[in-house]
Amino acid sequence: MNNIGRNYFDINYMDTLSAGDSPLHRLDPRAKLITTLLFIVTVVSFDKYTLSAFLPFFLYPAALITSGKIPARYIINKVLLVCPFAILIGIFNPIIDTQILFHIGNMEVSDGWVSFFSIIIKSLLTVSAALILISLTGFNAVCEALIKLGIPRPFVIQLLFFYRYLFVLTDEAQRMDRARALRSFNTSSMKLYTFSSFIGHLLLRTLDRAERIYLAMCSRGFNGHIHMTKTIKNTWKEFSFVAVWVSLFLLFRLYNIPVLLGDLVTGVVK
Amino acid sequence: MSHHIVEARDLHYTYSDGTIGLQGVTFRITHGESIALVGENGAGKSTLLMHTNGYLLASRGEMRIGDAPVTTHNLNIIRRTVGMVFQNSDDQLFMPTVFDDVAFGPMNLGLEKAEVEKRVREALTTVGASHLSKRPPYRLSQGEKRSVAIATVLAMSPDILVMDEPTSSLDPTSRLNLIKLLKTFRHTKIIATHDLDMAMDLCERTIVLHEGRVVADGPTAELFKDTTLLHRSNLEKPLRMQQCPVCGTVDKLNNTNHRSHP
Repeated sequence: MNNIGRNYFDINYMDTLSAGDSPLHRLDPRAKLITTLLFIVTVVSFDKYTLSAFLPFFLYPAALITSGKIPARYIINKVLLVCPFAILIGIFNPIIDTQILFHIGNMEVSDGWVSFFSIIIKSLLTVSAALILISLTGFNAVCEALIKLGIPRPFVIQLLFFYRYLFVLTDEAQRMDRARALRSFNTSSMKLYTFSSFIGHLLLRTLDRAERIYLAMCSRGFNGHIHMTKTIKNTWKEFSFVAVWVSLFLLFRLYNIPVLLGDLVTGVVK
Repeated sequence: MSHHIVEARDLHYTYSDGTIGLQGVTFRITHGESIALVGENGAGKSTLLMHTNGYLLASRGEMRIGDAPVTTHNLNIIRRTVGMVFQNSDDQLFMPTVFDDVAFGPMNLGLEKAEVEKRVREALTTVGASHLSKRPPYRLSQGEKRSVAIATVLAMSPDILVMDEPTSSLDPTSRLNLIKLLKTFRHTKIIATHDLDMAMDLCERTIVLHEGRVVADGPTAELFKDTTLLHRSNLEKPLRMQQCPVCGTVDKLNNTNHRSHP
């Protein structure tokens, strides 16, 4: 749990990253939010047997990671954390859908395997885009952008609290598990009895803690509005950012670039 | 009308699970006074503090801030007047950067951006934490967190400062720095603490709570001489009023421990 806490749930590191300074960081949160949403919609809109057409889409996360100076390793780790869920969703496809689609040498590749990998690639692309958005913008600014785009405030505030709760929860869980581990000597796993009590206590403690945090917020005049110090602006930079990326997404969506390139190369060779 | 008065009139509070928090607390604190609130664990110190900014509302009796009782209707004014520094700084710091966190209160007051930035800068300078402004709060040390937590409250320019155990879990130097800092504040101060030496440094008056009641209220230096009173409240005399463990004397003149030994 301690390792989990440190390595995997270290989501708040994204807030540290979002405090960075690059042209991408300075971009209006709305521009980044809209682009990310359109990216996700485009990726998800492909049919379930798509593989090669996804290739150009990796350009988007790669470009943002590089120019935003985000440690790629961090994002990759976080994306891998989500991978098991995608695997769970797609794991039965190869078993159920056994029609052979194509051969690689002597190996038969079924529709099921293709759709399985398609799901995984979709999840890699969408999750990394979302994580990069937060790393470049900060969660609060993303929420502010949602409000500016007309999402009802109560929903956004819920989202914001959910995000804060997450840290509170992992924090408490980490400390409790450390205390448990130090007194349970050789047994590394938890007995069911201990586990149920652990979870119950965690809930109560978390509620308490959340209440104290809420009190601290109220003490400083919180009334349902989170204000941001980052100024929100709208310039040609924002428009061109959205326009360039969205037209690229459209291009990648309408034309299968790798196949076109392949045809071109084989055509030249012939 | 003065905002700086804190008055409790026969405060009673019982928690929903039946735990009795307060049973008849009465006191009046006037402009610029600095009060130490002492008592054993569970004596009702934190419960009492929660009443000063209306987080808890008395079951019976009333808490008055300035000239008005604390009710659900004037919470906004009350919370602007009373700045509360929590015992656990982690509860207080929740924004992505120190700057955002200190700006949280002033922003909620609806101040102009320039004014917010000015207040944040001033508050951070006052507590000596300007260099931390871009850091995320959860990466700071305990002492730094405490300073920033105090800055978050100062930025709201409250009239009354309420603090729960401000010196707990600080190293001796950070503790001394904090005491020096608090000495410079002109606010009305209510400080709940077990650190009686700090109480002697900062507070001319002390209120002793025991089982939800005020058992003593008077000049700090006098109350702390009363061994029976302190003993009953699970406290002991401030170190400087105890006999020197080496030579067995108490330096009466300076009221400090005898420090110079051959």
